[in-house]
Amino acid sequence: MAQALEIIQKQQEAEEWEEPYLVNMGPQHPATHGVLRIFLELDGEYIVHCDPRIGYLHRGIEKLSETFTYSQGIVLTDRLDYIASAANNVGYCLAVEKLMGLEVPRRAQIIRVIVAEMARIASHLLWLATHALDIGAMTVFLYCFRDREWLLNIYEEICGARLTHTYPVIGGVRLDFTQHIIDELYRFTEEFPNRIPEYETLIDVNRIWLKRTKGVGVISGEEAVNLGLTGPSLRGSGVRYDLRKNCPYLIYDELDFDMAVEYEGDVYARYRVRMKEMREANKIIRQCLDKLAECEGEPVIAEDAPGLFMPFGKLKKPQASPHPKRGYLIKGVEVPVVPEGEVYVATEVPKGELGFYIVSDGSGHPWRMRIRAPSFVHISAIPALCKGQMVADIIAVIGSVDIVLGECDR
Amino acid sequence: MDVQGMYQAANHFLLKYLGISLFKSLVIVVVALLHVAYATYAERKIIGRMQQRIGPNRVGPRGLLQPIADVLKLLGKEDITPSCVDSRAVFMVAPFISLVAGATSLAVLPIWENFVVTNVNASLLVVLAMSSLSSFGVILAGWASNSRYAFLGGLRAGAQVVSYEIAMALSLVGVMMLAGSMNLVEIVKAQIASPFKIYAIPQIIGFFVFMIAAVAETNRTPFDLPEAETELVAGYFVEYSAMRFALFYLAEYFGMIVMSILAVVCYLGGWYGPFEIPGIPFFWFLVKVYFLIFFYIWIRATLPRYRYDQLMGLGWKVLIPLALLNIVITGFIKILF
Amino acid sequence: MRALELLQEKFASEIVKTGETAGQHYVIVNREKIVEILRFLHDHPELLFDHLADLTAIDWHGKKKDYRFEVVYNLYSIRYGYFLRVKAQVPEDDPRIDSVTCIWQVANWFEREVYDMFGITFNNHPDLRRLLMPEDWPGHPLRKDYPLSPEPEQEWQGYKELKEKAKRLAEFDWYKRIPPGLSEETQESAQVEEEEGHGTSA
Repeated sequence: MAQALEIIQKQQEAEEWEEPYLVNMGPQHPATHGVLRIFLELDGEYIVHCDPRIGYLHRGIEKLSETFTYSQGIVLTDRLDYIASAANNVGYCLAVEKLMGLEVPRRAQIIRVIVAEMARIASHLLWLATHALDIGAMTVFLYCFRDREWLLNIYEEICGARLTHTYPVIGGVRLDFTQHIIDELYRFTEEFPNRIPEYETLIDVNRIWLKRTKGVGVISGEEAVNLGLTGPSLRGSGVRYDLRKNCPYLIYDELDFDMAVEYEGDVYARYRVRMKEMREANKIIRQCLDKLAECEGEPVIAEDAPGLFMPFGKLKKPQASPHPKRGYLIKGVEVPVVPEGEVYVATEVPKGELGFYIVSDGSGHPWRMRIRAPSFVHISAIPALCKGQMVADIIAVIGSVDIVLGECDR
Repeated sequence: MDVQGMYQAANHFLLKYLGISLFKSLVIVVVALLHVAYATYAERKIIGRMQQRIGPNRVGPRGLLQPIADVLKLLGKEDITPSCVDSRAVFMVAPFISLVAGATSLAVLPIWENFVVTNVNASLLVVLAMSSLSSFGVILAGWASNSRYAFLGGLRAGAQVVSYEIAMALSLVGVMMLAGSMNLVEIVKAQIASPFKIYAIPQIIGFFVFMIAAVAETNRTPFDLPEAETELVAGYFVEYSAMRFALFYLAEYFGMIVMSILAVVCYLGGWYGPFEIPGIPFFWFLVKVYFLIFFYIWIRATLPRYRYDQLMGLGWKVLIPLALLNIVITGFIKILF
Repeated sequence: MRALELLQEKFASEIVKTGETAGQHYVIVNREKIVEILRFLHDHPELLFDHLADLTAIDWHGKKKDYRFEVVYNLYSIRYGYFLRVKAQVPEDDPRIDSVTCIWQVANWFEREVYDMFGITFNNHPDLRRLLMPEDWPGHPLRKDYPLSPEPEQEWQGYKELKEKAKRLAEFDWYKRIPPGLSEETQESAQVEEEEGHGTSA
């Protein structure tokens, strides 16, 4: 607020002070996906200045994780992007395993890819539902949710929860797939490519949709990289940066799929990128199911993986001074949990690039766990995307950069 | 059952002893209110089916008592008036203005040949005037609510109604030219006497313009930006609660029904049908009106929403020239045939 | 690694230490010329670190001798695929460092969050104010000497005011409910409500 007062005083001195029309799209609003507050300064219908305020969903996950053990930290990561929570778990587990130097069995890697791609489809379906609902097409919302229900039912069979999965653990995955789950997934991959045209016929070539989304929120490739956009928002502007292709993790280098890229950089381009990604994710799940059949009967968790509940009590306050190293027993030998060091591992979640930067001091708790959330960066980019647009366009732009406040505020 | 004879006798009795055609107006008000209530039910059911779900089906058999339950709920809610409204009188009166303006047009609309509450000679003009008056209620509501969102919504709605009214009136000029009168009963009779039996065929452009303008006049999707939930959080009636909100809601559906009846009367031949059904002279009229209401609901389920400047551009740059073109073509038709 | 070689050539005086953990290279530098170093990494045609993946800070309370904070920049080059971590040491008594918003616009919100959580001020930042916490929050939460849950007297002023207001407005409530944990006479009022409230159902 102090800066705003300075600006006002300067302008008053220069006698060019025109009182702007301030509108507050408050924390409770049907179109801001979560508790996001945006201060808009309007000049008639055009946006002069836009200032997003976050922090309404801040739960202190980074500080909490300093008192949790590494295994307990998986539950915290579930709640980040609660729409595609399996993908968050995968990222965290990869970071900790890289720090520990743990080798994950192949069957677990394939299952992790399947679960992450299912999360991608589920997240994109919800994105399409809310984006279309904001612009006015109500029917697409219900069609997308019908298919998302199918995926959530499959998730429930896999790990017992529909939304916060906690399924990938450090060292592998919690449980193996049953035959019924594999059959369900086969059925899903058969049927889903026929469902996507159902959504598209309603909006893809609809003149009203094209008018609302083409040419809105345009951003060039270099500026998008400078603003830190990643994921489909970046690939809609022509930059070929997909972490699954550029820095492959798990078994993505063995799979055959295309990177979805469009070159216009507007809302419609990002929409097309995500539709294509849904189809590619379907392909990936299909290939993984075939690979899964090849490695029947292998373990899904590493032998020396730390258990789900590590054997010591929770600290009441975060570590402020060096304390004796605690270890756990592998085959009767005490080993430090995670060696000293730090690592930054980024994975491609549906929203963009989710990065985990874990600093370990050789004990059972992280010294610092930093979560680089894509929604945080995308919300910071909203003012740049909305320069000179109208109020109704800001809704389309927010929908197109696909934010969820859980991971933004942590 | 000689329905016609019975009601003529009742009407005669009322006229003779009370001097007013109260019977007709009562009938039409009750019937219209029931239609409005069940139009909300039909909308929810039809949109539900289009979205692969069942609409309301708990209250009453197949959910048929849902509108009654809604009315009772709204009546029982607390009527909150914000403390800093511009003027309490204006805040309270605004929904009534909208509702009355929407419903008064019913007085001049003919259901079948012998049933019009009042048969004035310029009934088309009365309907157009009443639809302009409904925008007054909207602007008053937006202003009196003393809230940013309501104000923006009210202004937008007012501007939208005014622009699309011009297109609507111009398209109706074509009908007036062909029929030679502004009396709605005469227009229907002229349609029945014309070679195509409905004016939609020679006036195809006019019908097209009229239907789009009618959707915009009543603030329905795809032109419902002023009251869009996700853009301005319910726009001009964001500060209204309980019964006043219900009145705005009713006013919107009244507008929908009035526009459908107007379209049927002016373009689709009123009460004319391929064969007469004995005892129910208004059968074809109702079929056509129901089809148009279904069309309104169908559009709402399918199309996304226009942005405000695109909406105004459509009204001024596309529909008005088309309506003017229609008038020119109608002139040629009148000369040549 | 090419980036480390080029940095050794140009800024040898600034580098404190280089190393590698878990396969990722890092370099620790002094904080004075951080903008120049990062601009060099951003612009140099063989490196082109155009993606600032993360900008954050670590609080080494008590563990390191000369400094307390470390501001960490995780850089990635989309063109060449290099990954580098640049760490700048920030002492406790003067927690200031230059802002890199002029190179990457994304650093704007990252630095605001570091300021909010650690108290490190960034020079030349266009808009340094609290991001996640409310504007009048005292303290910087992610520091190691900040408690995980506060004592009742040290709670945020806004929350205390909210609780007072709830207590005041409770008398207008239907059942005169006072939010849990607030009232002194919970026992008697609970008993009274039990006797009175049987006739009504919610």
